Amino acid sequence: MTFVLQRSIRAALTLWIVVTVVFTATRMSGDPTYHILPPNTPEVKREVLRHQLGLDRPLVTQYVDYLSGLADGDFGHSFFSGRMVTEMYLERLPATLNLALPSLLLAILIGLPIGTIAAVKPNSPVDRGLMALTFVGQAVPNFVLGIVFILLFSLTLRLLPSGGTGSWPHYILPVLTLGIASIASISRLTRSSLLDVLGQDYIRFVRAKGLPPSKVIIKHALRNALLPVLTVIGLQVGTLIGGAVVVEVVFAWPGAGRLLVAAVMQRDFPMLQFGVLAVAATVIIANVFVDVGCGLLDPRIQARAS
Amino acid sequence: MSVHGQLVPEGSRLIALSKRMQSLLQWNHFRRMPALIRMAAVTIVMLCLVAVLAPLLAPYGSGDQDLLVRLQPPVFLGGAWSHPLGTDHLGRDVLSRLLFALRTTLIIASLGVIVGVVTGGLAGLASGLAGRRIDNMFMLLVDAQASVPLTLLALAAVALTGSSPLVLILIVGISEYDKYARVVRSQVLVIKSRTFVESARALGASPLRVAFRHVLPGLVSPLTVLATINFSSVVILESALSFLGVGIQPPNTSLGAMLGEARNYLISNWCLAAIPTAFIVMITMAVSLLGDWLRDLFDRRLSS
Repeated sequence: MTFVLQRSIRAALTLWIVVTVVFTATRMSGDPTYHILPPNTPEVKREVLRHQLGLDRPLVTQYVDYLSGLADGDFGHSFFSGRMVTEMYLERLPATLNLALPSLLLAILIGLPIGTIAAVKPNSPVDRGLMALTFVGQAVPNFVLGIVFILLFSLTLRLLPSGGTGSWPHYILPVLTLGIASIASISRLTRSSLLDVLGQDYIRFVRAKGLPPSKVIIKHALRNALLPVLTVIGLQVGTLIGGAVVVEVVFAWPGAGRLLVAAVMQRDFPMLQFGVLAVAATVIIANVFVDVGCGLLDPRIQARAS
Repeated sequence: MSVHGQLVPEGSRLIALSKRMQSLLQWNHFRRMPALIRMAAVTIVMLCLVAVLAPLLAPYGSGDQDLLVRLQPPVFLGGAWSHPLGTDHLGRDVLSRLLFALRTTLIIASLGVIVGVVTGGLAGLASGLAGRRIDNMFMLLVDAQASVPLTLLALAAVALTGSSPLVLILIVGISEYDKYARVVRSQVLVIKSRTFVESARALGASPLRVAFRHVLPGLVSPLTVLATINFSSVVILESALSFLGVGIQPPNTSLGAMLGEARNYLISNWCLAAIPTAFIVMITMAVSLLGDWLRDLFDRRLSS
């Protein structure tokens, strides 16, 4: 229990740092009235808006207000549409999740078997082939992969739609594009972690005992090899959300990532702030879960932490 | 050389260092490379050469427009030799733009890696040498940064500062600093406990002197390996930002920016997208292959 508490406190502290950095960065970036009001607006009008936005108050007061606003769930209004940023973001979030969650699932369901198969016979042709594939998957950036997929499957073979949402074929290319890098890193790590475990004495013992190889791998080796893999799966949450930003643009997917790209173009700071905070919170919480999961699987981690 | 070393004892470390670098660059090593790695190394050298010579090689300026010959196909698809790789939607020569784009991409990535190595190296050195409290604080900062995906972080930074090549270099450089910092920190903790550092301290060397004279030289090879591996992720980040339209701004161009522009002409002129794609893939694959090979080489040396 103290272990969970410890991780949560650290997570809260991390989130607080992100909030503070975001606040400082936006305040340092200059006068937002220049982005909201048209150029050539008289100084008096700017002064009024600055007062309305509370920018004429001391920084410390602004910071405290900002924090208490966050605690109330008030993340501000978009500079452009004037709507609550939370509302706008939550509208788009399901589309992003529909992309990221299948990608994560795909990465786990394909990555784990690939890594296991490769580790069972290291340096065999199968292992080399699979590792060469995962190497390519890791080296090619997702937006390049997306374009190649569109050129190949949409324009040349005319098999799959090149963008938009709707029916299930629309999901295939974006999910694959987003997931391939994660498939590659999960399978590489599964392989190396499993190879480590397979070299240990207790594996030699269960083998000597006469257990069939499949049982050795699945029942004894994988269980211990999965611990580092779990950590990497946690890291994929951030990678996938970040990757979704680009993949959504490539496939004209109406998700939160494209909302944030638009916010960058328009200098819509409240929107962008909330985007960064929401993503950071997601990643941090996912990592707490992974940490706690690792602690449950391996009591030694808990012992070391306390 | 050795005479110099005896005359200037402090210089001996530098000489040893340069010898080590020399041995790394030896022809022997090159010959012992597996064929694939040798191909990757040759590709990288060729790409760098082409990038350096871009102004001499390019038949046209990167922004020269000729609206009468827009969207011409490349020679191998029936185009004319006046534009070997065809033209884009503004009638600009694709070959010339490709050369300048390659140049921009490689310059930004190289400078970005240097920024990353310096900031990350210093941060790691500081946190490794300083006491526990600073170390803990630093790790919290690294955690905080790791919680925001790189693409998003870079997007936010561009939104705050506007986009210019300098900003882009700083962003792609600093975004990777934590990787260097972690490695340097752990290496520093190892080196710090060695006897030669202890004796330097006992002789009264100041902490700064210990850091730069005794600890830093031991970090050169891990940093070189890491920089090579990260080079491709820096290329990818720059390309992604330019692809999204928030990186390199027109009239300048980079490989990602070319791909971003070409995206609107996928149906009519797929070559426009395929050409920068091929080059991005070539760079990232070649650099990753070389980086992986270097890491294996380095790891073997560490263990033996």
